[in-house]
Amino acid sequence: MTDASATTPLDLNANAPRGQKPKKRFAPRNIMLYATLFVFAVYYALPLYVMIVTSLKGMPEIRLGNVFGPPLEVTFQPWVKAWSEACTGINCDGLSRGFWNSVQILIPSVVISIAVASVNGYALSNWRFKGSEIFYNILIIGAFIPYQVMLYPIAIILRELNLFGTLGGLVMVHTIFGMPILTLLFRNYFASVPEELFKAARVDGAGFWGIYFRIMLPMSLPIFVVAIILQVTGIWNDFLFGVIYTKPDIYPMTVQLNNIVNSVQGVKEYNVNMAATLITGLVPLVIYFASGKLFVRGIAAGAVKG
Amino acid sequence: MDDKTLNSQKNKRPTRLTRHLNAKIASVPMILTAVVVFVGCSVWTIVHSFTKSRMLPKLEFVGFKQYDRLWSTKRWLVSVDNLLIYGICSLIFTLVIGFILAALLDRKIRFENTFRTIFLYPFALSFIVTGLVWQWILNPDFGLQSLVRETGWSSFTFDPLNNPDIVIYGILIAGLWQGTGLIMCILLAGLRGIDEDIWKATRIDGIPIWKTYLFVIIPMMKPVFITALVLIAAGIVKVYDLVVAQTSGGPGLASEVPAKYVYDKMFLAQNLGQGFAASTMMLVMVFIILIPYLYLQYGGKRHD
Repeated sequence: MTDASATTPLDLNANAPRGQKPKKRFAPRNIMLYATLFVFAVYYALPLYVMIVTSLKGMPEIRLGNVFGPPLEVTFQPWVKAWSEACTGINCDGLSRGFWNSVQILIPSVVISIAVASVNGYALSNWRFKGSEIFYNILIIGAFIPYQVMLYPIAIILRELNLFGTLGGLVMVHTIFGMPILTLLFRNYFASVPEELFKAARVDGAGFWGIYFRIMLPMSLPIFVVAIILQVTGIWNDFLFGVIYTKPDIYPMTVQLNNIVNSVQGVKEYNVNMAATLITGLVPLVIYFASGKLFVRGIAAGAVKG
Repeated sequence: MDDKTLNSQKNKRPTRLTRHLNAKIASVPMILTAVVVFVGCSVWTIVHSFTKSRMLPKLEFVGFKQYDRLWSTKRWLVSVDNLLIYGICSLIFTLVIGFILAALLDRKIRFENTFRTIFLYPFALSFIVTGLVWQWILNPDFGLQSLVRETGWSSFTFDPLNNPDIVIYGILIAGLWQGTGLIMCILLAGLRGIDEDIWKATRIDGIPIWKTYLFVIIPMMKPVFITALVLIAAGIVKVYDLVVAQTSGGPGLASEVPAKYVYDKMFLAQNLGQGFAASTMMLVMVFIILIPYLYLQYGGKRHD
């Protein structure tokens, strides 16, 4: 690399921009533009800021000031309390319980839903059989059915399978409702893999699973990352299924958070509440800030249905 | 391919049947989901909405009685009203704000990534988190109201979460905060897909920028807008967690929504018939939105 650039300095110069640098414009229009963006940015950033500053204040300070003021005396006590002491009903072991429940729900749900949907998307794009498209269309249209319509019969099915109120049952529900979007994602991705590759493997005698594990899987890591981001945020943020299909001692974090903050007993400790809220939002936020463009791609992929 | 696959070629010639068998086995979860859950469970609920089920589902048909009662229940009517107000406002504001933000970001500005990151992060948060943080910001004693009062305007009142007349707008503020980033992202992708030459042509013709957007760009982005519209609409019908976290349906019944009605009737009040009827009405609402979309998406595309 260095050799090449050293021997061909002329080429490099040819590619560089020539002439005067364009002047930076600070026309009134541009100022308007940035001002508008800035106002919106404040609206969007404010709640995160409020969560952070409130969670670092002591209760006396909160009673005196407003939610927007920065903390005069930083304390981490609310975080400690939210994590290990906050009460929901009779349990007073804080959000940590909900956090570990959510982890236990999250990992198998993400793994199983993605495994099922990726194989399924692969079958749909490369191994079509009679009727496969019909089922696929039902699946995609089904994604628009409000969950409320299916809640009760699913509860009956889970009860019949002895899965009601268990982690396994919730994992199954997440797998089912993650299927339309994930299948769509994988089907469209696998369809874009060159046909020749698939045919070559077929000629070499690779079968259904052989092609999946040796060719498709290694080639589609980006789409797996997108799917993981999509599922981790979706399942972590779920409230409805958690509250219906689990019992209080295995409630996921969102349900427990709501119970802590909206409990009517006792004095409201706003700083603890905000610390708890922030802790619950932390997992998807970290994923969001760490994944950057992939998150956007995941959303765009999820958004363009049909 | 490596040796293993080459060898297996000799002793196994895939027949049509086994090839399809593997794909079919892999598709069993999808088929079960499509047939048992999406079709089966929906039909089950619709059928049971015509029965007098209360504590337990039972097949004693009573015709449209559950629907009669549903539409004469004040709480349901309030819920539908709220959904309409929330839905219409959310649709308009999400599209307008989403488009304005997308258009601003598309003006080749600096810090585009920073702005986009800020606008989109709420979408990563759950509705529970969204509801709780806005409940705190809109708290009359410590939040926005007290901040404005501190500046000297002591009669300023903005307390949506305790005022039955405007509580739904308090929820709307939170809902918009969470959801507009997504629509911005989708519309931005749509804007990026528009040919640079269009812009050059309109600039040469001296057409003002706002006119170009309104009469050239937006009509060109029709499919993207339809996708955005359907996404927003599907989200609106499902709105539940946000209300539970922010107001729990209060004050009184003022911020109840259909999804909450269904949950409360089915799992708390043990009035299954009402829950089934209400959820079937939700399904009807979705299909009223969805059918024109499906027609546009699939009916119109037949030509190419």
